[in-house]
Order: sequence, then C-alpha cells, then structure tokens
Amino acid sequence: MAGSRSFLSRLRDGDEIARLITFVFAGSVVLLTVLLVYELWVGSVLPRHKFGLAFFVTRVWDPVFDNFGALPFIYGTLVTSAVALFIAVPLGLGAAIFLAELAPARVSDTLEFFIDLLAAVPSVIYGVLGIFIVVPLMRDSIEPALKHTLGFLPLFKGPAYGIGFLAAGVVLAIMVIPYIISVSREILLSVPRDQREAALALGATRWESTWKVVVPFARSGIMGSIFLALARALGETMAVTMVIGNAPLISASLFSPGNSIASVIAGQFTEATGDLYLQSLIELGLVLFLLTFVLNGLARILIIVTSQRGSGMGNA
Amino acid sequence: MKRIVGILLACLGLAGMVWAQNTLSITGAGATFPYPMYSKWFDQYHKLHSNIAINYQSIGSGGGIRQITEGTVDFGASDGPMNDEQLKAYQDKHGFPILHFPTVLGADVPTYNIPGVNAELKFTPDALAGIFLGTITKWNDPAITGPNPGVKLPADDIIVVHRSDGSGTTYIWTDYLSKVSSEWKNKVGKGTSVNWPVGLGGQGNEGVAGLVKQTPDSCGYVELIYAIQNNMPYGSMKNSSGNFIKASLASVTAAAAGAAKNMPADFRVSITDAPGKEAYPISSFTWLLVPSKFSDASMRDAIKGFVKWMVGPGQDNTEALSYAKLPKEVVAKELKALNDVQ
Repeated sequence: MAGSRSFLSRLRDGDEIARLITFVFAGSVVLLTVLLVYELWVGSVLPRHKFGLAFFVTRVWDPVFDNFGALPFIYGTLVTSAVALFIAVPLGLGAAIFLAELAPARVSDTLEFFIDLLAAVPSVIYGVLGIFIVVPLMRDSIEPALKHTLGFLPLFKGPAYGIGFLAAGVVLAIMVIPYIISVSREILLSVPRDQREAALALGATRWESTWKVVVPFARSGIMGSIFLALARALGETMAVTMVIGNAPLISASLFSPGNSIASVIAGQFTEATGDLYLQSLIELGLVLFLLTFVLNGLARILIIVTSQRGSGMGNA
Repeated sequence: MKRIVGILLACLGLAGMVWAQNTLSITGAGATFPYPMYSKWFDQYHKLHSNIAINYQSIGSGGGIRQITEGTVDFGASDGPMNDEQLKAYQDKHGFPILHFPTVLGADVPTYNIPGVNAELKFTPDALAGIFLGTITKWNDPAITGPNPGVKLPADDIIVVHRSDGSGTTYIWTDYLSKVSSEWKNKVGKGTSVNWPVGLGGQGNEGVAGLVKQTPDSCGYVELIYAIQNNMPYGSMKNSSGNFIKASLASVTAAAAGAAKNMPADFRVSITDAPGKEAYPISSFTWLLVPSKFSDASMRDAIKGFVKWMVGPGQDNTEALSYAKLPKEVVAKELKALNDVQ
C-alpha cells in the first residue's frame, strides 16, 4: 500500500466506497455514450455499406426507390442553427449584460425568474407559437420587407411562404435566448468585484469597465453558454418540424422550406417500412451525433484559444 | 400499520391473480388512421366479453408490420397491405403465412385555399397529378379551369402541401396518383412517404390542414374523416367512369363494392381508381394482420371471435365515427377466410 492508510481502513471509513460509487456513476456516462454510438453504428449497417461516404453528399431522399442522402438535412440543421445563433447571441448577451451589470438586483432577480420559466416551456408550445404567430408575421410583414430592402442578396430571394429556414431559425432563437441570458448572467455576476473597481479606479466609465474588462474576463463562460444554445438548436425536433416546411431542399434563400435531421427522423421513423429506409434514418441519427461531436470539439478549441488570449489581458 | 399494508398487498395480489386467470389480454399494434374506431371497438367488445381485454398501440403501420413480424404482438394493423417481400420475411421467420383482414375504409380528399373562390372545385386525375408533379403551376391552368366553368380561378402560383411524416394517408394518395399518371409512377412512385417533386410538408393531418388554411393559393390532401370533422372544404374527383364524385361514406363504400368483384383471396387489394359509377377514386381499406396459426387455442378463438364481431355487428358503429363500412360481399369473404386461422 502506497497510501498513508491501508485500503481496508479507507474502505471502513467510507472514503473508498464513496470513491467507487461515484466512479461507477461517472463511468456510466461514458458507457452510455459508447453504447449509443455502438447502437447507431450497428443499426445503420445497410446504408453504410450501400452508400458509404456518398451518404453525406447525396441530395436525394427517396424512400420509394431506396435512395438516401443526408445532405439536405445536414444543411437544414446547420442553417437553422446559424440563423438562431445570429439572432440569439446579440440579444441574449445584451440582456445578460443589462441584468448582471446595470439593472438593480431586484429587477435582475425578478426577470431571471421569468427567463428560467421561458427555458422550461416545452418545445411543442414554441412550435405552436411559431405556426400561429411567427409564420404569418414572416409571410405578411418580415419576409416582404426583407425582400424589398435586401432582396439583392441571395439569402432573401424567392416566394415568401412564411414557413422555412428563417421561421425555424427565429423560433429556435426564441427558444435558446433564455439559455444564453441565464448562463451568461451567472458568469458575469461571478466576475470578481476588484476587476470592476480596478477599471473604474483607472478612470473607465461604467460601460468601458463592463465592455472592456468584465465581458472579456467572462469570455470563456459566455462562449460556453452559446455552445449550450447551439447544442439545443441542433437537436431541437418538434418546434422545427412545425415551421420548417419539411421539404429536403438545399437553397441559398432563407425563405425556402427545408428540413432538419431531427425533424425528419421524428417524422418518418414510425412509418418507415423497408430495412434500408429504417436504417438510413438511424444513420441520420449517427450523422447528427457526429455533427454535435465535431461542433463541440471546435467549441472547446475555440474556448481554449480565446481564454489563453484572454488570460494575457493584453487587450484589457 | 405494517400488518394492514401486508393484508392490503395480499388482497391486491390475489385480485391480480384472479384477474389474470379470467382475463385474456391480447396485444395489437399498428396503424394510426383507424385508431379511434379500433379503440371504440375494443372497448365495446370488452363490455360484451369481459374476459377479453384488447390493448392496441397506434404506433404506425410500419411499426405494426415490424412488431407482428418480430412476434412481439398478437396481431398487427396496417393502412397499406404488406408487400411480397414482407410476407416472405414473415413466412420465413414463423413457418406459416400472415393473413390480411379489411376492417373499415378510409379516403383522402383534395383540399385547397384560394382567396375569393368559395365554389367546390372539380379535379380530374390529370390535373391532380400535374399539380403534385409541379407541371401545373397556376390555378388558372386549362386542366383545372376546364371542368370548373363559372369558377373564376386566379393566375397565381399553386403552393402544394403534403404530409411530411410517413403515413397511410400518403400511401393512398400516391397509390392513386401512380395509377392515374405514368409519369408519377416512374418519377415518384407510391409509399408511406415519397420524394415529393414540389411543395411544403406538414406534420400530420392537422399540420397539412393548418398550412393549407394559412397559405393563400395552396392545395393539399387530408383524410376524409379529418375534413368532415373539421368542416374543411374539399373538391370532388373524376372517377374511372367519368363522373365527378364528392367523397362521402357512401361513395367510399361504393368504391370497395366495385373492387370486391375482383378481390384476391388474401384481401391485399388497392381500391384507388376503382370501377363503379358512384365510386370515390381515392379510397382504401385498412387491414388487421393476423397470424394464420396460433399455438394458444384460447388466444386463437378470442381473436377469431373478435374479427367475426368486428366485420359483423361492429360495422354498425363505423358511421358514427365517420368511417365507411365494408360492403357485404367483402364481409362474406372475410368470414370464409377466417376459417384458415388455426
């Protein structure tokens, strides 16, 4: 025994038991992930052999003639998530800065309660909200206005159906904003007081101390909140399927209907009759897993790179 | 306290044992379209035969076929008949065939939302196929205006709406389009979900109905029952005899009667575009999938008894729930086929 106490005595004290139990719990997370990937891998053997890597670049999804490709769904997933973050990040971050730095504590805590409430609303409710409010608003006001002003961009061309990438992105943005606000606010509140005081002592205004000192200090935590939001946006099923239009199209226009990985799986799994069809849907699950994995990896790298730069405080 | 709990538990256990001994529990799974009818039937049948409890999970036709093939349920249900490949898979796994029993009828109707048009539109098969293929793009196309004299149709683009989830409704719709249009058959084909040439997808009947209601100049399809229950406007279809027929319970039953003459012994028949003056062309049976051999005699007798009741007295309850009932010829054939279940 290398330790100061014998294994038996540690066992008697409960230290070792606690260590073992918590180790098993922690290990089960890894095991669960491995099992999940294994099941998806084994369950998608037919399309993997038949289509190979072409699965990623094929634009057709044809259950009748057994030809399946994931590209339109990957595209739809990425585009809707990007639109969502494009809207949600500035809004969420702005709100978080206001709540953490500028608002009186009472206002901040009250609002935080509502934000937590928003985060707990089931996604199907957001979907209904999307169908009855966002989609008509898009079709009748926002999309015609965008077409009128920014119509020269390929992003805003084509007929305005209301449903499509833009509507899905907007609904997703509404869904992920509470996450960004809630987590970023906590992070900003946890920035040490002396950081602010030091900046103010050097003659910085309130806004300068917030924007140039507090926010950079909290940068990696804020990034974390954004990636939490991204993860939710990538995997969101119900709300997206209700407003995206569910057509496997790849179009530069945000007005075009599209489809996402999660929504096609949810929509078609129960009635998928052929083996190849069913397994192609399972392979889509694998692709979504891979996508999340890659984006999470990139996020980690980004956080590491930026926090190294941040810790030098060269720009503060 | 402990003793009271113990006695209670013992009573509960005893009651459970008595219940388990006297009640035969049958499990089925599959199609969602006939679910309201089935659940009513199972409930009524349990009231008549308190020793038989039927538990049905409406997980979708594809799921029903998979589960009965795996042998995890006692019977399956499907909106589309099993294909030859699936029948062979079942036979290979179990050593005996599976049988189809039609239970009720359903139909799809074309629904639309054209601002300023309140008239009931008449659709020809060519017009419908053209709209869904994307070759007819405007409402004032001659193929649509031809059969609708007096209706002022706009020169606006048609926005096609279809189901995005796999469903029996789509199967019936695409089965019909495959029969009336060779281009559809070769390009798109039939299935519970297909590679749509054009259009937006909605989740479920309510999703399609919602999109059609909200989107000006749209055209979609929903189940007849859904259209009736929600008072939706829908068009009439030109049938194989050249008459424009509006879908109704009677015209759907007429389609089944028209097809009954050529009914194959295994009941796997498509009745879209069926012959008959009054037949509504986009109709279909929905089927129960019953194994032809049971190792458990009481289970066999219970299921046979139920199917017999369902196609007999059970048919009287169908119209209250807006399902079209089976024609008499089909019922007679089914009762005969029931003898093959051993």
